[in-house]
Amino acid sequence: MKKLLTAMILLGLLGSFTLSAQATPQQDLAEFRDYFKNRFPKTPFNDYINGVYSIDAASREQWEEIEEFPPYELSISKGEELFNKPFANGKGYADCFPNGGIGIAARYPFFDSKSGKVITLESAINTCRQSNGEEPLGWQKGAIADVSAYMHYTSRGNIINVQVPNDPAALAAYERGKNHFYAKRGQLNMACADCHVYNSGNKIRADLLSPALGHVTHFPVYRSKWGGMGTLHRRYGGCNKQVRAKPYPAQSDEYRSLEYFTSYMSNGLESNGPGARK
Amino acid sequence: MTSMKRRIFLKGSLATGAVGIAVSTGLLTPRVSLAAWSKAAFEAKDVNGAVSALFNTSDMASSDKISIKAPDIAENGAVVPVSVTTSIDGVSSISLLADKNATPLTAEFTLGPGTEGYVSTRIKMGKTANVIAVVKAGDKLYSAQKEVKVTIGGCGG
Amino acid sequence: MASIKMRAKITDGVTTIKALVSHPMDTGLMKDKKTGETIPAHFIQEVVCKHKDTTVMTANWGAAISKNPYLSFKFAGAAAGDTVSLSWADNKGEKDSAEVTIK
Repeated sequence: MKKLLTAMILLGLLGSFTLSAQATPQQDLAEFRDYFKNRFPKTPFNDYINGVYSIDAASREQWEEIEEFPPYELSISKGEELFNKPFANGKGYADCFPNGGIGIAARYPFFDSKSGKVITLESAINTCRQSNGEEPLGWQKGAIADVSAYMHYTSRGNIINVQVPNDPAALAAYERGKNHFYAKRGQLNMACADCHVYNSGNKIRADLLSPALGHVTHFPVYRSKWGGMGTLHRRYGGCNKQVRAKPYPAQSDEYRSLEYFTSYMSNGLESNGPGARK
Repeated sequence: MTSMKRRIFLKGSLATGAVGIAVSTGLLTPRVSLAAWSKAAFEAKDVNGAVSALFNTSDMASSDKISIKAPDIAENGAVVPVSVTTSIDGVSSISLLADKNATPLTAEFTLGPGTEGYVSTRIKMGKTANVIAVVKAGDKLYSAQKEVKVTIGGCGG
Repeated sequence: MASIKMRAKITDGVTTIKALVSHPMDTGLMKDKKTGETIPAHFIQEVVCKHKDTTVMTANWGAAISKNPYLSFKFAGAAAGDTVSLSWADNKGEKDSAEVTIK
């Protein structure tokens, strides 16, 4: 463990790429894309939506076997049923979302100036429920992941286009997410960037580290490890725990900001959720 | 890109409801009799024991007419995609074992007369092991194996 | 019916069946993380696929088949428009079945 840690720290120091604290989101995005273009010159831009499978043929083959009939299909069907079932008051999810909730998942997250919050799809799902007298769903798995899976399925192929409007509060949320991404945390003292930027494509024991470019496009995700569907914030919590850091609550401002930043960094890529991963 | 096409195709098939229609009357439900499920075979702690319990013999001839498609290194030991194809004539059964699982037998597929020598599924493997396919044709048993490595991930398991 | 998703496609006289079943396939060896209690074994033991009067395939499964199991096999002798049925039974006596039309 100590050897691994030392190697990681050394590599972190040698990594010369950090987004400048003074840059605009657009500048950040350009630098982010350039970095990965140089690191993985053979990977076509849109293939980053397939994560580690865009940079490793062996695991890609296994993933394609699973994609023959992916387990998330069960979740999509369940999600569709849940989505179409009316609330006790007779209304439904379709009444809360533009276009009846179909094909709009890639519009999330977005910054809502009125509330001063980053609105994620899952938070919108629960807001819809609560404003119609229903109990909110748990944030990490189960029904919310199924509904999100269905909504994302209807949005496959849509291009991610997160906006950071000219609003200091929006910029602050973006910067908060960016800081979380680059800050070292936990007993292992590692940042998201340590694995997914500086060491993307390298191995950590037997795992290949996926690039942060395109990280969020395939959520929600069916992980073999979970044996089920989970949301992006569930995964953020898991990652924090993996570096022995205390996770933030799902849908906390911290994770919403992180989602805001990482989604912005995936702008221009196709939304391809739900996905299957190990 | 084949993967994109496949995914868009999925969208089409779900939309047209090509997925299963419920069998509502008991008359149409194929009778499932669990008498055939061999406790002895599924609880056997070694390959020969499992095969004997299934077929009353553990005499297997190695065959190059059986091919096993499985990853060299499993991404996750809980979900290992395995396919077995065999060109041996008159196949009546294909069994799948993982020789380092506590109870190696994972599945046995009894094939009908017009059914091809091919099965595909996903299995759990506790550790690096040989995936063994046992094919029954006539009253003879044939086998082939492939090693699949199962690793501990770096991201906290 | 709700637990089985199935596709049946015929090419050159050979029908390929692909099925995905929603089932925990618990081995009986894992403990619930919250309660510490052992999760009892709960897995599909038998899967039967029929086409008209023929049992095309009978699968006997152990708990080492992955959760939300997948299955694929091929057979001859059917035609587009025919119905294929699949049913399963697990160690707790639970069952389900579904039909699909061959395309």
